Amino acid sequence: MRLLIPCLLLLNLLAQPAWAEETLPLEESETATVVLPTDFGDLVTALVEADFEQRREIVNHLAILSDHRSLSVLSAMLESRLGRTSDTPMRIVIVSKDQDPDASDALTGESLGKASALTIDSIAVNNSLRGELRTLLARLQLNAPDTAIRLAAAKQLISDDVDTEILPLLQERLKTEPDSKVKATLTTVIAMAGTANEDPAVRSTAVQNLSGELYPEVRAKLEELATNDIAVEVQSVAKAALASIVSKITFYRFMENLFFGLSLGSVLLLAAIGLSITFGVMGVINMAHGELIMLGAYTTYVMQQLIPNHIGASLVLSIPAAMLVAALAGIVIERGVIRFLYGRPLETLLATFGISLILQQLVRTIFSPLNRQVSSPSWMSGSLEINPVWSLTYNRLIILIFALVVFFLMTLIFKHTTLGLKLRAVAQNRAMARAVGVRADWVDVLTFGLGSGIAGVAGVALSQLTNVGPNLGQSYIIDSFMVVVLGGAGNLWGTLVGALSLGILNKFLEPYAGAVLAKILVLVFIILFIQKRPRGLFPQKGRAAEA
Amino acid sequence: MLIQRLFLSDRGGMVVLGLLALLAIAVPILTLAVPEGSALHMSTYTVTLLGKFLCYALLALSLDMIWGYGGILSLGHGVFFGLGGYCMGMYLMRQIGKRGVYGNADLPDFMVFLNWSELPWYWAGFDSFPFALLMVVLAPGALALVFGWLAFRSRVTGVYLSIITQALTYALMLAFFRNEMGFGGNNGLTDFKDILGFPITADSTRVGIFLTTVLALAAAYVACRFVTASRFGRVVMAIRDAESRARFCGYQVESYKLWLFVFSAVLAGLSGALFVPQVGIINPGEFSPLNSIEQVIWVAVGGRGTLYGAVVGAFAVNYTKTWFTSAYPEAWLFALGTLFVLVTILLPKGLVGLLSRRATDEVKNP
Repeated sequence: MRLLIPCLLLLNLLAQPAWAEETLPLEESETATVVLPTDFGDLVTALVEADFEQRREIVNHLAILSDHRSLSVLSAMLESRLGRTSDTPMRIVIVSKDQDPDASDALTGESLGKASALTIDSIAVNNSLRGELRTLLARLQLNAPDTAIRLAAAKQLISDDVDTEILPLLQERLKTEPDSKVKATLTTVIAMAGTANEDPAVRSTAVQNLSGELYPEVRAKLEELATNDIAVEVQSVAKAALASIVSKITFYRFMENLFFGLSLGSVLLLAAIGLSITFGVMGVINMAHGELIMLGAYTTYVMQQLIPNHIGASLVLSIPAAMLVAALAGIVIERGVIRFLYGRPLETLLATFGISLILQQLVRTIFSPLNRQVSSPSWMSGSLEINPVWSLTYNRLIILIFALVVFFLMTLIFKHTTLGLKLRAVAQNRAMARAVGVRADWVDVLTFGLGSGIAGVAGVALSQLTNVGPNLGQSYIIDSFMVVVLGGAGNLWGTLVGALSLGILNKFLEPYAGAVLAKILVLVFIILFIQKRPRGLFPQKGRAAEA
Repeated sequence: MLIQRLFLSDRGGMVVLGLLALLAIAVPILTLAVPEGSALHMSTYTVTLLGKFLCYALLALSLDMIWGYGGILSLGHGVFFGLGGYCMGMYLMRQIGKRGVYGNADLPDFMVFLNWSELPWYWAGFDSFPFALLMVVLAPGALALVFGWLAFRSRVTGVYLSIITQALTYALMLAFFRNEMGFGGNNGLTDFKDILGFPITADSTRVGIFLTTVLALAAAYVACRFVTASRFGRVVMAIRDAESRARFCGYQVESYKLWLFVFSAVLAGLSGALFVPQVGIINPGEFSPLNSIEQVIWVAVGGRGTLYGAVVGAFAVNYTKTWFTSAYPEAWLFALGTLFVLVTILLPKGLVGLLSRRATDEVKNP
């Protein structure tokens, strides 16, 4: 978008070289004062014939009128997007900022189709007029009824150098401003302007007001003052203000790390829930679990190829689809292989590892060994800005929430459904469960299907964070095993605590040790941890534990 | 006398040792004495390949000791193999001397490339072959001792132990990939020139290394046989079959497992050390979890719980792999995966279990 505006300006300049010749003679000829009209429409129309001096007066009047159309007309004029059509009756038009711009009537707002279809002479502005327009626009925006516009305008003023002309305007607005956020931003803007004051006392107060503000511009300004200001007391005050900013930033960096850790933890949680179910409940080590995650991710990719125009819808549909695909694959694995190996965990481990190799190679053969790109819908891109140094990206936030939702659904299934009841019964005492009429092998199939299905769902989430490739599953499998080992097999709450704490631990070690060393340290930590608690944080209790 | 007693009941072992003796005699003659044009001539490529397989057989033997006899499935034996290999690689690196690309006699090429000014302390001593040989035994042994002490003391067993060992090899792989570790990072150690003063690529040197490998494998086989037939071996098997019962009988289960683990790690380290001069490179890829788990499948295919089964398995799988990866490179992972599944379901006693029922009996009453 930022590129568009200069492009458009250039486009206008190229398209209408005529205005320069037309307006220049006008400037010389008439300088006599003209009585200005008071109607909005007449004022705008008068812009066309006026010279620069008169235009200056007209725009001032337009701003005073505070017509709701003023803002759009003035900002269009500032960006040379305001023009007149050459046909009669003449219309004043606003050209939109798009690549292939649309034109609309400045007075009625009526759409006039593509700008390229009309011949439009833009209304010229010079530098002094531009300055005037900026001030007027700032005033209009700061007084706009919409809070978002006011906030954006105030934030813009922080990075711009504030003219002394606008300053009283800001102070006046500050008194009447109802919104606290806008008020705070305005205070910052005024304080920033205050740092340029000649009086050292005023500068010190301004600096004091800036203490704790997180905008990078504020920090840069304070750093400059702390070293370069001629008054020593201003320097020391600036240093103190900087220190308070730095401590605040440290805090938010901590929060940021925490969020990244939780985000990693949520991914681990999604990957490990299914594992915890199959390992914990059935005692089956499924080394192909990572490949089931990969299948889920590829399902997302295929869904997106099938519905290319609705990325959001395809992503939502991918969740049940991936669950189904992975669950079916899981059931096939259970019926075809694992069923024959119950009670021989080490052999199960080897056989499922073989399956993981087959699945990886299968995906390589079908989809090519290269990574596939899965695009994110618009509601998952962008970030939630909490303050200038801390923002949460939506995709991570959504996946964190999604992981927790999946987790709570799982606990519900475990505690409050017949399947959950039977599942726990079989896990605790298989023979007794069968004796009271539970079809144990049927429960095995469903359990394995459920665990695998969750792996598929994890794949959907992962496809939004990383590339989808044949090695996707492998890179998470060891970590998710660590989660299960840490949390204790078969305990969903253990998995939750294990996943989140591993994620956070990893992200907090990273800045000090680097990503690889952090991973190694985490592994060492786990090896030491199981010295103390060989069965994890929340071990299974009772007779089942020793089986 | 001892040998006779050991092998009276191990016909498979006799066959393996006999074949090794045959290799030791035939290979030098076929390579060095038979002229190159002859149909009977054996190329150095084949010698190296056979030597590689022998190293793998030694590694399989070490895995079989711990898995087949001890019931401990280690998914991280590549760690000990790799450590042994790196110790040997470090010695060979130091032998390059001034002949590196940068011509620096004090530093290996990759350190010059990384602008290191001096040799890290842990490279000290690797100029000397006896020291390197000592480290080949000590480094894997010490790691196994520490890791095993930590793991067995807290009674980490079964799949938990397997996963932890896999994590160990994964961690070491990540660590060795780092350039800062001082082991050549991604590229590992390579470009070796000579060993004990002999040029490493010469035919006679290759045959020499091959003979050493044959000897080492034979010695290791006898040693393993000795250990498994000893009182120690019997206790270990008792622990495998009923750990709690063995503990209640008053045996120190943890220390039996620990020393078995250390013994196995030392054997693996030796095989790594013999492997490196033959293939001419050691890199962190040896630590990859896939490698370690592939090694387990050799033992599974051959038949765990019988020493000659491990040797057979290592040869069978690796021969198939060599053939597959040149004929159908795409299909190798399919084949390997299917092998994992089929062997575990259909051949719990491995190939040797198919061949003789004696093997089955032996696992039950050795």
